[in-house]
Amino acid sequence: MATRALIHLPDTVPRGSVVEIRTTLAHPMETGHRRDAGGALRPRDIATRFECRLDQTLIFAADLYPAIAANPYLAFTLRADRAGTLHFLWEGDNGFRHEERRPLALA
Amino acid sequence: MRRRTAVLASLGISVLPASALAAAPSLDAAVRVWAGEATPRDGRVTLAIAELVENGNAVPVTVRVDSPMTAEAHVTEIALFNERNPQRDVVRFHLGLANGRAEVSTRIRLATSQQLVALARMNDGSVWQHRVAVLVTLAACVEG
Repeated sequence: MATRALIHLPDTVPRGSVVEIRTTLAHPMETGHRRDAGGALRPRDIATRFECRLDQTLIFAADLYPAIAANPYLAFTLRADRAGTLHFLWEGDNGFRHEERRPLALA
Repeated sequence: MRRRTAVLASLGISVLPASALAAAPSLDAAVRVWAGEATPRDGRVTLAIAELVENGNAVPVTVRVDSPMTAEAHVTEIALFNERNPQRDVVRFHLGLANGRAEVSTRIRLATSQQLVALARMNDGSVWQHRVAVLVTLAACVEG
């Protein structure tokens, strides 16, 4: 399955304001508890970790468990004190890893 | 039992194996482990979730914490636990000064009607909580 992530944040942000960042990752978040129609257990496949950095600085992280819905959605805020590059990282079971970058531009 | 499980699974109905139930600690026990030496107090945390959930597969939740998010007083971690899914953990958020506001949102699975608790750990070590009871009419298939 092609991996894809959606990231929503404004194109430019007033300096010093608090901006909301919304992310959605295309991922099944298979719990490892479900069975298919034949009764066989579907193997667990969970995205377990999310990190957001502004340049090198970690500004937000989340540990995800199977109770997070498929295509995990995470929204959080950032105080826009300086411009830079936002780095988004998801990691998970079976060596899963996906990265995105977005510019943070201040008005 | 196996055949009934398969039949129910084919209908999209989930069945919880007894082993999964036995393995999970209670909600209170999970909260105690996370809180450590702090005793969670009610207040300062708002867990926003619908009280009546029609579909447990993707339930929007928002946790807000009353905190100025300054160097002197800010939230360092927010955790969400459930009472009756196969595992007590739902999600843990790691925050800090850079966030400016202590507010996070996600979407969760609920296997059945149950209690949820959101907790926030402050930089002074104190822990605050908000418990909510949620009624689920169509459960998520989070279990077998």
